[in-house]
Amino acid sequence: MKTLVYLIIGVFFGIVIYKSEAASWFRIYEMFEFGSFHMYGIIGSALAIGVIGIQIIKRRNIKALGGQDMQLNPKAMSIPRYLFGGILFGLGWALAGACPGPMYVLAGAGYGSILIVIFGALGGTFIYGLLRNKLPH
Amino acid sequence: MEWIMNPWPWYVSGPLIALVMFALLFVGKQFGMSSNLRTACSIGGAGKASDFFDFDWKKERWNLIVVLGAIIGGFLSANYLSDNTVNINPEVVIKLESYGINSAGKSYLPTEIFGAESLSDPKILAVLLLGGFLVGFGSRYAGGCTSGHAISGLSNLQLPSLIAVIGFFIGGLIMINFIYPLIF
Repeated sequence: MKTLVYLIIGVFFGIVIYKSEAASWFRIYEMFEFGSFHMYGIIGSALAIGVIGIQIIKRRNIKALGGQDMQLNPKAMSIPRYLFGGILFGLGWALAGACPGPMYVLAGAGYGSILIVIFGALGGTFIYGLLRNKLPH
Repeated sequence: MEWIMNPWPWYVSGPLIALVMFALLFVGKQFGMSSNLRTACSIGGAGKASDFFDFDWKKERWNLIVVLGAIIGGFLSANYLSDNTVNINPEVVIKLESYGINSAGKSYLPTEIFGAESLSDPKILAVLLLGGFLVGFGSRYAGGCTSGHAISGLSNLQLPSLIAVIGFFIGGLIMINFIYPLIF
């Protein structure tokens, strides 16, 4: 039953990402060229609703299904980790024109070349795991 | 039915992405797509090489099912819900043409990079591999990607996520302003 819920959420996410064109290389390039409000509008409106919703959840102490706490854990503070990691991610996001969610969506849409990008992403994740203790966090 | 076939505007798409985040929160989970890459490494046996991958991946099975759904969603959209073209700013189209990318407005992804025939070009192959590599490495280093930081983290007013998102844009702007002219 729960599996079906996750699957439906995923299908919905996939359709929204594809139909919003957030999975399009062209939209990512255009965003970094500041050529359109489109991507900023998507992220901005998601955030506006996200911030308000999470404030309501916290102030009313709303629980997840089954009475467990919502997964709203604070992230440990660091500057180098988020800044360096973020910059590397951004370089890749603009080079491949896709971030992880859209990669899976594009694979389903039938773009075979995205499998090379996903393969690269798995490689990057693996190499991070090997080098993690040597990097500033 | 025309509104389904047309691209969805930002003020429809953004709130629906927020809805995905809230749906996952209500079932006790957290919206984040890049952690699936770590889970996949763990399933592939990477726990032998690094304790970073030595965890009980079955607890992350739910997120792999979300990924499976996203794949199905992409299939349904591309085949039944879209004409698979993307109209971007005409000035950006001209800039892309100067890089030899002429498929803007005609396809969902640039055929010059994602077309099957481009795979025989070592430069394009390197762009795809290195782009993916940086996304994978960077998202794990930063502890999240667009979904985990830019949507979930910022919605929860997390300063680390703001730093990460600023990093995303520094990296993206360096790539298209300084590195694209060298590659394309």
